[in-house]
Amino acid sequence: MTSLPAYPSDRKLGLVIDLDICVGCHACAVNCKEWNTGGHMAPLTDYEAWGDSPSGVWFNRIHSFEAGEGVNGRTVHFPKSCLHCEQPACVTVCPTGASYKRGEDGIVLVDEDLCIGCKLCSWACPYGAREFDEDVGVMKKCTLCIDRIYNDKLEEIDRVPACVATCPVGARHFGDLGDPKSEVSQLVAQRAGYDLMPELGYKPVNKYLPLRTNRAQAGCTGAPAAPLKDPREEGTGSRLLRWLDRALSR
Amino acid sequence: MHPALSVILFTSASGGGYAMLALLGLFGAGGVLSPDPLSGWVAFIWALGMVTFGLLSSTLHLGHPERAWRAFSQWRSSWLSREGVLSVFTFLPAGIYAIGWLVFEDIWRWAGALLSVSAIATICATAMIYASLKPIRAWNNLWTLPGYLAMGLASGALWFTLWAELMPVPHKPAYDFAAVGLVASAAIKLFYWHFLDSGARAATAESATGLGSFGKVRMLTAPHTEENYLLKEMGFRIARKHAQKLRRIALFSGFLLPLAAVLAALLTTHLVDLVLLAVAVVLNAIGTITERWLFFAEAKHTVTLYYGAERA
Ligand code: SF4
Ligand code: SF4
Repeated sequence: MTSLPAYPSDRKLGLVIDLDICVGCHACAVNCKEWNTGGHMAPLTDYEAWGDSPSGVWFNRIHSFEAGEGVNGRTVHFPKSCLHCEQPACVTVCPTGASYKRGEDGIVLVDEDLCIGCKLCSWACPYGAREFDEDVGVMKKCTLCIDRIYNDKLEEIDRVPACVATCPVGARHFGDLGDPKSEVSQLVAQRAGYDLMPELGYKPVNKYLPLRTNRAQAGCTGAPAAPLKDPREEGTGSRLLRWLDRALSR
Repeated sequence: MHPALSVILFTSASGGGYAMLALLGLFGAGGVLSPDPLSGWVAFIWALGMVTFGLLSSTLHLGHPERAWRAFSQWRSSWLSREGVLSVFTFLPAGIYAIGWLVFEDIWRWAGALLSVSAIATICATAMIYASLKPIRAWNNLWTLPGYLAMGLASGALWFTLWAELMPVPHKPAYDFAAVGLVASAAIKLFYWHFLDSGARAATAESATGLGSFGKVRMLTAPHTEENYLLKEMGFRIARKHAQKLRRIALFSGFLLPLAAVLAALLTTHLVDLVLLAVAVVLNAIGTITERWLFFAEAKHTVTLYYGAERA
């Protein structure tokens, strides 16, 4: 059913991505590909993997931007995957019922057995979160790793999406954004987490944490810049060392 | 947006076909038509042939055409599903109307009225598939629906006029519909292009990333070195100077020259007017396909904002 759940629960599972911390290493994207090519939406097909122009299906893409100029400018690494929107037009436009939003946790999924591969959902997603698999002929997208987060075969610590588990700098957080007391919700509140393209009204669940603004002054510590002194000058080092230095310099 | 040939042919051919069905139904319901079997056969083969050709070609771009029947299920939320349901449903009143005309040699006015309503609703549903997509400003605006209706009417009425001239059918009122459709198409497209160029309501790289507080946002490196699905499907770009040239072709070939031909046909003798109408039909088809190609090629998707576009 591609109508949105009539009685959605308060649970809204999603990601919080810290743009201040991300170093753009693409580890999350690689681990996503690795997990998911054997996961719920498997495979994540590659075309011409060893050819001249390799391409393929990925659920997570790391963009890099420059914003502003000079000392106030920033280089920002910007991971982007499905935002599991609260008003996902990608779901409502689907003619077959293949795309759906789960009532119990808000995760947006595709039922591959129903999908006719009309691609309309990928047109309806403003964020480019859906990628068509030409080999299988169906649409694929991020599952928020439903096969990890509910997987009791995994250690509890591993029951997070693959991207979150692998981020080496802790720039990705996973949790229930519908619960104001959850760690992710508090993080969003403290750091003024924001939505991408809020004007389109999709109400993304995933939030982005902005860059800390006081970094503009971080290059200036307040200490005066002083040149290093030459150790041979008067008053530095021991008398013996100075004599040695002179003797050896001859 | 990538201009897929299958979708261009689908919207152009079935748009005209449904409009011709709507006119057949409308003229029948209005009591203008007489149930001559030969003209009936020609009309139904013509209009239903165009519609069927369009619908079949639309299934060509599907990943799983054999599952296409599933698309009838989600009419509660999806305009594509509604379009599927309406497009197939229209065959029902069309079939009943055709049976009355061809078998019983009678114009069943109620069936004609139903056919007309159903065919117009189908064109509206096709337009709404595009008009409802918020990430594509070139489609998500007030001009899309009237554009599809007017252009459908222009093609359908031209075909109807040519058919009416060929057959023993009163044809004068058909000219009015063709002229109205052509003038309306030209006017709507001019307003639409003006809206497109104005850049009103465009999304920006700043709102797509939320990084606008630092200043202008520029792409530093893309996530991948080769084109991916997103760029092939939604990153299609057309040079502005080509767009301007193609717009002129669409305007003149699609609407203004056919309009001149239709008006000239009114004043000329039989046979000459047939030639003029045939020329109008061909020119209109070229213009319509050009316009439909542009409708896709000029449409920018917001995903391009993540790949270096400043506005979309
Ligand atoms: S990010 Fe795109 S694919 Fe994901 S829920 Fe939102 S609209 Fe749908
Ligand atoms: S491509 Fe598949 S999931 Fe997407 S709208 Fe079409 S049928 Fe639905």
